[in-house]
Amino acid sequence: MTDDPAMLGPQQAYEAWLGQGRFMLQKSRSSGEYVFYPKVMAPSGAIDLEWVEAAGTGTVYSITVNRRREGSYNVALVDLDEGVRMMATVAGPETVPIGTRVRARIEAAPGDGGIPRIVFDPIEEA
Amino acid sequence: MAHSLRGKTAIVGMGTAGMGEAPGFSAMELLGLSVHAALDDCGLKLGDIDAVFAATSSHAFASMSVVEYLGLKPKFFDSTNVGGSSFEMHLLQATLALEAGLCDTALICYGSNQRTAGGRLVSMSEPQWHETPYHPRHPITAYALATARHMHQYGTTREDLADVAVAARGWANLNPEAFARGPLTREDVLGRRMVSDPLTAGDCCLVTDGAAACILTRADRAKNFPKAPVYFLGAAGANWHRSIQAMPDLTVTAASDSGPRAFEMAGITHSDIDLVMLYDAFTINTILFLEDLGFCPKGEGGRFVRDGRIAPGGELAVNTNGGGLSCVHPGMYGMFLIAESVAQIRREAGERQLDRADIALLNGNGGTLSSQVTAVLGSEAAL
Repeated sequence: MTDDPAMLGPQQAYEAWLGQGRFMLQKSRSSGEYVFYPKVMAPSGAIDLEWVEAAGTGTVYSITVNRRREGSYNVALVDLDEGVRMMATVAGPETVPIGTRVRARIEAAPGDGGIPRIVFDPIEEA
Repeated sequence: MAHSLRGKTAIVGMGTAGMGEAPGFSAMELLGLSVHAALDDCGLKLGDIDAVFAATSSHAFASMSVVEYLGLKPKFFDSTNVGGSSFEMHLLQATLALEAGLCDTALICYGSNQRTAGGRLVSMSEPQWHETPYHPRHPITAYALATARHMHQYGTTREDLADVAVAARGWANLNPEAFARGPLTREDVLGRRMVSDPLTAGDCCLVTDGAAACILTRADRAKNFPKAPVYFLGAAGANWHRSIQAMPDLTVTAASDSGPRAFEMAGITHSDIDLVMLYDAFTINTILFLEDLGFCPKGEGGRFVRDGRIAPGGELAVNTNGGGLSCVHPGMYGMFLIAESVAQIRREAGERQLDRADIALLNGNGGTLSSQVTAVLGSEAAL
């Protein structure tokens, strides 16, 4: 096992970066396109993908509240400013309007040895 | 010039079993009973079947399991599983195999006991690693996200969604085989428990048991059977994504691509269509597919379904069996789009029979608005 996430396959690398407290995205050196979820190949076919730090900002594309007796939570699709979309959750409020600007942070895994995840906080209007 | 596959095969036998609730029966047992009904319908025997097309939610190798259970020895078989759209794809695959002379009598079949087995949607669909940390509920989270986006972008309302469910119930009330019957108002749907905003339990399809099977032959043989043949006129599939995260635009499904190709193969336009059978897993499906198949402009689906336009007596006959919302939904509903089309085209639909039912348009949906397969079936008059 290597300590360098860049030596791993894209899925394990992404998760290893999160474990190191970094939100990293793949970007093609030749085409400049970003890829999410992490893959071995970009939509254009390029495989010259390198890991770059995500800006961490984005916009809520859609959102739903999964209502359950044990407690409700929202599930959102967030369009990152890099132009890729990810499933996520908006922390804090029950829900937010579509179009809300959000900022990513890394949330520790609930148990030992789990994989941390990205959650988003609404960006307060200036 | 007509497409080389148009009208080349026909459904000559159709059967269903365990519609609604079938306590005490396994999925394969119900499937077997539907095959028996389909054979009975056309006067063929098990030994006549030389091709098997099957998909279920409980068999990893569906055609293999069917072959063993029924004691068949097919020359051609296919377990393509693209969720609820599998059977519309099987219509196309079976037509290709029949037309190529690889087989003579094709069985397409499906069975499920998900209601009595557990009362929840049964799915072999594996979790998507990039979605798992957010605990989406499969499949409703995906459909709720699409609904929320459609409402945001086009002003579609929860009332519009409710009208889809009310129209489906209107048809179900004319179908003695439908599982959910009785009066249903817009207010009833809006007042049901919220499951995943903006979808209430009233926006969700049923969880039932059910099985269905059909027998396809080449058109040259199709007239030698007791019932009028239901001809294959065209079909096409389109698939752009698997998980909702990867759907390019949540308001546009791949039916916008499969639809035009199916229309072209069938050589039809919208005015030719008597019956529209859309896979309504959730109320938003009907709205999205009406748009993507060109019955109204993108974004207008919500307004299109208002005030009973797709209900009995409305302008466009949609889901005349009552749909997945009110008739039957055993997990992979696509086979029942075929069953209702056959019933209407053969004029066996009883109280809900359409005056003219020569051409049916079917749109199967699989996964999370993922695989779309559009098919066109027709009577002899449509050839």
